Amino acid sequence: MIDKLIELFSFEFVVYAFIVGILIAVCTALLGVELVLKKYSMLGDGLSHVSFGTLAVAMVFNFAPLEFALICVLIVAFLLLRISRNSKINGDAAIAMVSGSFLALGIFISRVSGGFNQNLNDYMFGSIYAIKDSDLPLCIVMTVTVIIVYALFYNKIFAVTFDEDFAKAAGAKVELYNLILALLTAITVVIGMKLIGTLLISSLTVFPVVSSLKLAKRYKTAVCCSVGISLFAFIVGFVLSCLYDNMPLSTAVIFVNLIVYLVITFFTAIKKRKRI
Amino acid sequence: MQTLLRCENIAVGFDGKAVVENVNFELCEGDLLCIVGENGTGKTTLMNAVLGLVPLMNGTIQMCELKKGEIGYLPQRINKHQSFPASVKEVVLSGFVGKSFLFPFYTKDQKCRADDSMRMLQIERIKNKPFVELSGGLQQRTLLARAFCAAKKLVIFDEPVASLDPIATADFYKLLSHLNKDHGLSVMMVSHDIEEAVKYSNKILHLNHSKSFFGSTDDYVNSEIYRRFIEAKKEGKEDD
Repeated sequence: MIDKLIELFSFEFVVYAFIVGILIAVCTALLGVELVLKKYSMLGDGLSHVSFGTLAVAMVFNFAPLEFALICVLIVAFLLLRISRNSKINGDAAIAMVSGSFLALGIFISRVSGGFNQNLNDYMFGSIYAIKDSDLPLCIVMTVTVIIVYALFYNKIFAVTFDEDFAKAAGAKVELYNLILALLTAITVVIGMKLIGTLLISSLTVFPVVSSLKLAKRYKTAVCCSVGISLFAFIVGFVLSCLYDNMPLSTAVIFVNLIVYLVITFFTAIKKRKRI
Repeated sequence: MQTLLRCENIAVGFDGKAVVENVNFELCEGDLLCIVGENGTGKTTLMNAVLGLVPLMNGTIQMCELKKGEIGYLPQRINKHQSFPASVKEVVLSGFVGKSFLFPFYTKDQKCRADDSMRMLQIERIKNKPFVELSGGLQQRTLLARAFCAAKKLVIFDEPVASLDPIATADFYKLLSHLNKDHGLSVMMVSHDIEEAVKYSNKILHLNHSKSFFGSTDDYVNSEIYRRFIEAKKEGKEDD
């Protein structure tokens, strides 16, 4: 088993996938805490559908897929926040409408251009082979940027998540912080999509967070736990998918996350019982 | 006595329809101003306008001696995720959110001030406890400590006792009057409880659809509008 792993890690693409995956796991865990607590969990999901649509467009017109999707999704994230603030359509509905439209666009374009090709399929489910050395710099720069920006605004983001009205009254630039959060989510979703796929990337922003909220009572611990669980799930999932051919990376990571969640739920339930 | 806040001819509302109109009042240093009135007269809306959360349709709000964002605010209740992870200390420190946009971390001075306000409100020993597990009264104190970090001079309350039990309510009023008298804190408070409002405040703003009252509490107690309000309330109670 170990031999097989060592052999696999001698391939460059495996190492690339591992590096990018670790970074993505950290990003999703950090942003997820805010998204879940703000009840914005759908934002990641919506944006992943948007990126699928834009990818299909990029492939048909031969644009650089990652860069094109990144720009489009950033714009859509920005607009989504605007819509949900200014109009009577609420945020959830706006996300569902926009993501549905882009998904439909993606499917239509791929049909017109001769069906799903292998590439588009890879984006749907993610692939361990997806990170080429030409993508690596962009992936690393973007994810590291997300982590740094998050760290710089950590205290502000907490205050806004905890009580938006108070923050506004205290003179904080609440809209700006919400925008930053949406843009960071957009970046994470687009980069993560290569590896994990559009279908499952958003659940990575939810699973580790929900697990960690069961354990943590303080914000700092919640964020740390979430990152810890997310990294654990990714690493175990990565190893599993290397060892078993029928286990795609995204599935393995989600399974591990699910098991972690169930185990934590089980033990917290027992603990509660004992207390009673 | 320095004026902190002067509102002239304010109108606030939604979708072009005014909920509150022609309201005038001013708040001086050391005042305890209560905003009372029936439901639907726009007490909370007016307060949100003062806080800058909703735009004015008409009139002006002058902040003298107060910079924007130097108002502490206590919401009616925080509608939060049951398991929102946050310690008392984290919540109190978040009062500094409006300060230092570019500097990412809390300064030493800010941490000291947070400790001071926790000491003042006697919540220092629970500073590492999770906020959501506290009683209503202690949550209130925590939010008040946070408000102090945002502003030293003026704190605005929205129905502060709405979710408190009678004992916690009495505690709250005691604390409020201590902060007002001994620490020179100016307070603006939206309240349902007119008896308590009259007891503790020195100025009253009574919002009414036709004509609002603004003046000292002593004048208010002798006014027509107060008498009618009390009578209506008594009748309401008898009907129950």
